[in-house]
Amino acid sequence: MADLTTSFCGIKSPNPFWLASAPPTDKQYNVERAYREGWGGVVWKTLGEGPEIVNVSGPRYDGIHAADRRLIAFTNIELITDRPLDVNLCEIAAVKKNWPDRALVVSLMVPCEEASWRAILPLVEATGADGIELNFGCPHGMSERGMGSAVGQVPDYIEMVVRWCKQYTRMPVITKLTPNITDIRYPARAALKGGSDAVSLVNTVSSIMSVDLDLFAPTPTVDGKGSHGGMCGPAIKPIALNMVAEIARDPATRGLPISGIGGITTWRDAAEFIALGAGNVQVCTAAMTYGFRIVKEMIDGLSDWMDTKGYTSIDDFRGRAVPNVTDWQYLNLDYVAKARIDQDLCIKCGRCHIACEDTSHQAITAMVDGRRHFEVIDAECVGCNLCVNVCPVENCITMQPLTSGTDPRTGRPVGGYRNWTMHPNNPMAKTAAERESR
Amino acid sequence: MTMAGEAEGAGGIRADIACGRLPLDAYLDNFSDIHPALGRHEAKIESDRCYFCYDAPCVKACPTAIDIPLFIRKISTGNVDGAAATIFAANILGGMCARVCPTETLCEEACVRNTAEDKPVTIGLLQRHATDAYMAAHATFGQRKAPTGRRVAVVGAGPAGLACAHALALEGHDVTIFEARPKPGGLNEYGIAAYKAVGGFAQHEVDFVTAIGGITIETGKALGRDLSLAGLAADFDAVFLGMGLSGVNALGLAGEAGEGVVDAVDWIAVLRQAEDRASVPVGRRVVVVGGGMTAIDAAVQAKKLGAEEVTIVYRRGEEAMNASPYERDLARKAGVLIRTFLRPVSLGFVDGHVDHVVVERTRLDVAGRPLGTGETLTLPADQVMKAIGQTIGDKAPFAGGVALEAGRVRVDAAFRTSMPKVWAGGDCTGVGEDLTVVAVAQGKAAAASIHAALAG
Repeated sequence: MADLTTSFCGIKSPNPFWLASAPPTDKQYNVERAYREGWGGVVWKTLGEGPEIVNVSGPRYDGIHAADRRLIAFTNIELITDRPLDVNLCEIAAVKKNWPDRALVVSLMVPCEEASWRAILPLVEATGADGIELNFGCPHGMSERGMGSAVGQVPDYIEMVVRWCKQYTRMPVITKLTPNITDIRYPARAALKGGSDAVSLVNTVSSIMSVDLDLFAPTPTVDGKGSHGGMCGPAIKPIALNMVAEIARDPATRGLPISGIGGITTWRDAAEFIALGAGNVQVCTAAMTYGFRIVKEMIDGLSDWMDTKGYTSIDDFRGRAVPNVTDWQYLNLDYVAKARIDQDLCIKCGRCHIACEDTSHQAITAMVDGRRHFEVIDAECVGCNLCVNVCPVENCITMQPLTSGTDPRTGRPVGGYRNWTMHPNNPMAKTAAERESR
Repeated sequence: MTMAGEAEGAGGIRADIACGRLPLDAYLDNFSDIHPALGRHEAKIESDRCYFCYDAPCVKACPTAIDIPLFIRKISTGNVDGAAATIFAANILGGMCARVCPTETLCEEACVRNTAEDKPVTIGLLQRHATDAYMAAHATFGQRKAPTGRRVAVVGAGPAGLACAHALALEGHDVTIFEARPKPGGLNEYGIAAYKAVGGFAQHEVDFVTAIGGITIETGKALGRDLSLAGLAADFDAVFLGMGLSGVNALGLAGEAGEGVVDAVDWIAVLRQAEDRASVPVGRRVVVVGGGMTAIDAAVQAKKLGAEEVTIVYRRGEEAMNASPYERDLARKAGVLIRTFLRPVSLGFVDGHVDHVVVERTRLDVAGRPLGTGETLTLPADQVMKAIGQTIGDKAPFAGGVALEAGRVRVDAAFRTSMPKVWAGGDCTGVGEDLTVVAVAQGKAAAASIHAALAG
């Protein structure tokens, strides 16, 4: 039985599954229900200062669905907590007292003024919370007031605020990053420079979910108008994985603890984030879609997979995919794979053929000897993987590397190694001494 | 409740043919829609199951070549009227075909989903979803071209005639349909099982087809009685024969015309036209002779009217039956007993009323023909229904004009008959299976040929 416990910048948790700062973590009632179902930690919904913020009373969420109504992406225009600060602080203290073995981190967002941070930090520390997360990610509403992603998009502000926090509290500081930025490494470096104990990412992606074609207004629509929201859910997972990997492999931030966030729905999603270096993961949309008990699948699935693989702790596989994330220029251009169609699994829908024929390389037959028959023409196949992705039957089409001989398409021998930096077609090809070793 | 007959028969029970065997609400249940329409949510989910295959096998399996993946995709995007337009452009009787097509041997059998999971996309139900929605909102489909002044006579207002007429009307020709029966619709109105086309759908569809304009239907006009081929050919620019099959094969047994022995097609027609199903008499013990769709429809409906025992007897093995496995299963679920390798050899009567059928066991010879084995058994029967195939009936109207071949109208690839200016399609020809959808395809193909001839 694998050990799922984690210690994330000193914050202990029975498993790596935390609920992200969001509606599910806005009050004691929800958070204790989550703990009862097994969540290892919670980041309490963002606290602010001054009069409570006001949310819209019309729709604040919207989604994109697959045809079976599975939620692919989700958006919100909700702001930070709209409950009084003292009520939240009281409940945080009570929850921490009731659930000492669970991680409880408090998300914060106050104006970029030293006095504001200096005022709120002792109040949070007094609750007994395990740490704070700085909400520099929220892309809607609060950003118009100079907070949230408006801070996260300016590395200098990140560094400045993190520095204040490290100065005024002993609690670990997690800096939550916005993906609404060109190069995620800059805010991560700034957070580290300011003394942040960890980063968490990604927050939501600025988005207009859809346009109501009757109202001609963005959705969710509030009295005929809409505003961009923050998108989350399975659709943003690839964006998040890339950003986590970028930070994990950046020499300037190597070793900085990362809490992975973005579309995590199953144990497998979580394992992928951890493989790219995340020390734990945070979940929201999946819980909002299915309820808190989905964590049982996540815990069991991860544990079972780790047992199968012989990993006894999270650290056993954490970051193992990071060395395999590289720049395109170092990919082996002499590696040749060809699609193979398993004729026993093929249902003869022809999607591979038409996708290849219309939009790619004309490398899959439709008819052989007068029979409906789909097979790969190696002399045309560039190994692009399009057919694999359009095939409705899992594992019916697979990509198989050529290990010897020549590529029937190019006539070139296979099995060698040449990346772009050493390729003869590259006018800037480096000399052998400059090449990165494999 | 029953009005029992008087005679004591072989089973020791008096011959018993009666109406009103069931409580009144049982008729509503028994003759309600066999495949209730998909709701919007169900249609959305089911439409998502279509893979939008390349060169889709379902399209090839459809006699009218409806672009099935395209119409299903339109349903999935909420464009239901567009889906119906795709269907009607290929098959103007898409609504009825969605109800009566043996999809399990056509499009749905070809569906690639069968390969991996043995569960095809329910194409028929999706087609019905789209066509029902369209027909509820629109009076007709298509826009007529400018009138050409050319006039075409269509004989028979069944699927072939209606499809032909609609296609010709679209091109701007004026069509007069002559129908022998009091109502148009052909087998859709008089033939197929009641629970497959509930709520007067056949007439609604006729109205939908003819509302395009340029189509006049004259009922009560039969070829050979009220009309002649020569007359039609003289009065019109072209003639299309789509009168179906009006005769039935006989058992060739003594007493066949006796009381209690009926042609299944006639009995079904009475049932279809009955305002009140409870008014249709049915035997307590019914024997249906035959192995096709008519046999199944008669047997199932006899059961649904309250017959106690319904037995289908067929002279070959079950796999040779024209009725599909799905239809046979339907019959069994309704409580019909299907007995094979039996052929009737005599009918027994008591006081002029049928009492039993003597059947002989058969076996197939080397050529696959059923031979009697000499072993007989007696099946008690209050009612015997003959469903051993239909014929073109009286051949006199064709004499000297349209050539027949194997008892059906001979046509070429463009559905031209041997007589100039005369085309034919549907069951009356010897081409293709006797299905609504095949009749529609042939009517449409003949219309294209007629239009080309009129334009030329």
